[in-house]
Amino acid sequence: MSLIELQNVTKIYDTTGVSVEALKDITLSLDKHSFISFIGPSGSGKTTLLNLIGSLDKPTQGKVIVNGTDIAILDRAEAAAFRGSTIGFVFQNFNLIPVLTVYENVEYPLLMLKNIGVRDRRQRILTLLEQVGMIDQKDKYPNQISGGQKQRVAIARALVTSPKIVLADEPTANLDHATAFKVISIMHDMQKTFGTSFIFSTHDPKIVGEAELIYTLEDGVIVSQDNKQRRQS
Amino acid sequence: MTNLIKIAVRNLFRYKRRTLLTSSLIAFGVVLVIVFGGLAISFKTQMVGVITNTALGDLQIHRKGYVESIDNLPLNLSLSEAEYAVVESTLQAMPEIAAYSPRIKLGALISNYAQTSNIRLSAVRPELEQATVTDLVKRIRRMDPNQDHFLEPGEIIVPENLMKGLELTMGDEIVLIATNKDGSVNGIPVRVAGVIESVLGPMGKDGYIHFTDAMSLLRMEQPEIIEVAVKLKEFDELGRVYGALKQTFGSPQAVEEVHTWEQLSPFASIASIVDLLVIVVKFILISIVLVSILNIMTMSVYERVSEIGTIAAIGTPPRRILSMFLVEGFSMGLLSTAGGMLIGLGIIWLMNVTRIDFKFGPMEVSLAPSVPASEVILTVVIVMLVSLFASVQPAYKAAKLEPVDALGHV
Repeated sequence: MSLIELQNVTKIYDTTGVSVEALKDITLSLDKHSFISFIGPSGSGKTTLLNLIGSLDKPTQGKVIVNGTDIAILDRAEAAAFRGSTIGFVFQNFNLIPVLTVYENVEYPLLMLKNIGVRDRRQRILTLLEQVGMIDQKDKYPNQISGGQKQRVAIARALVTSPKIVLADEPTANLDHATAFKVISIMHDMQKTFGTSFIFSTHDPKIVGEAELIYTLEDGVIVSQDNKQRRQS
Repeated sequence: MTNLIKIAVRNLFRYKRRTLLTSSLIAFGVVLVIVFGGLAISFKTQMVGVITNTALGDLQIHRKGYVESIDNLPLNLSLSEAEYAVVESTLQAMPEIAAYSPRIKLGALISNYAQTSNIRLSAVRPELEQATVTDLVKRIRRMDPNQDHFLEPGEIIVPENLMKGLELTMGDEIVLIATNKDGSVNGIPVRVAGVIESVLGPMGKDGYIHFTDAMSLLRMEQPEIIEVAVKLKEFDELGRVYGALKQTFGSPQAVEEVHTWEQLSPFASIASIVDLLVIVVKFILISIVLVSILNIMTMSVYERVSEIGTIAAIGTPPRRILSMFLVEGFSMGLLSTAGGMLIGLGIIWLMNVTRIDFKFGPMEVSLAPSVPASEVILTVVIVMLVSLFASVQPAYKAAKLEPVDALGHV
């Protein structure tokens, strides 16, 4: 069974009487341990798709089944618990908590969601910070590090609960090209190291070279699918 | 929980100036309650002490109906010797009673042979009176300060205003003329042996004569007690003792009635107003805390919508987000209260060191404010509860935010 299955998913936003169809009858199946990218221009439905997979939102029609769970039937608390156990998030604006240090930001999901002993917790955080190259910055606050460094911390935070999936919505949008490549490369390394599925969205086709699968979205519809082998051949 | 507190305190100090300003406001409210409460309680305690220890006693027993017509000083509403014996045995059987003093209260004419005036008199047995209203002697200036009792047979202690009005001096002989309950008029000569300063309320301007002189003036063959003043070992026992005495003397057949000082002194209304003012100050504090915490927590939620979205997105349950903001508001209240309490208690300590003396009517009062621990605890509890209450709405709002909307918030 696939890790993520979308069956005829439609999402309509109805704001102030105007209906906007953000996703139109999407059917999709994504496997475990993959490194997948959704590309497309602004408004194509990338964020909506990630929100549905991440159980932050619910489809208007169709089914979204993630790791065997139909997210449409979850209430708020169940959805939160599901996200905490299954999904990690990396955001475009990094969204680190400004009053916590780099170490504490990575520690935060463990404190809130998991009951892990102090030693194990520390070990897990330090390992991740080491792997994203932020171990020497661990005592700094978010306002004392660069954008690329913030995103590396966000990747560590997303992975600290050992989720099955990490969703990254435009993780490189606020970074320069070189840093963006570096962040994507770190994400790919993490995917290989931990076997976590990484799904990220971007509007920049230049940075998706490492993705195993690339879906192109336009006006809420998947218009093409490309894989690495085909691109290389 | 420790982590929640740590994050809450850090969030509070994220906007140092705003937090300090709000904390100062709450701390000011706490200082206001502690200092004003301390002053008010001290003032009330002192005044009640003056009234009960120099004139009224803690409670009084009369013949039924006497207090209703107390202004007329009726001589026919008295306790006979046998009735007084019942009262006496009741009082002696109660371990809470420290002392009691039987009195004859009467109105008389006082004459220096040239001028005549009215005087209210308390006829007392000096040793019992002294044991019951222990500070009475402090308000009396005696001709002979070394005398054992403040009053001997054949002597009168004259109120200050009459002393001046009749141009009396110590040792002067004056005549007291009174009508007894049968309508018979009699007069006796007495010597001015002292002056008593006025205090507030009934009996505040009474003169004192010896019990035996009153019996002779009113031609009593047996003592007829008008009033029994009672002093308790512990003033705090007043309610309980009053209840017990009321039960004893409360039956329809009983001839006696019991009243506490509060029912006899007009200062009781002033004391109630003081209590009311303390409550008003507490309400001001509650308003300050409510508005301040509600304001700061609401601002905090609005400023951190995106952050709330993040913590919700990574799986923080809504009730944990609610707790986080509640702890934040509670911590704010706790920090402010701790500061206000220290400052307030410091001011009270300073006031005790410097002492404030002032005149209240005819009385010299020296204020040494002190706040009972229960008052301080109550203030802290009020602030804590109000802080928590004020945080509920913003915290609830934060917990109810949909992560997808919150993340999109700019």
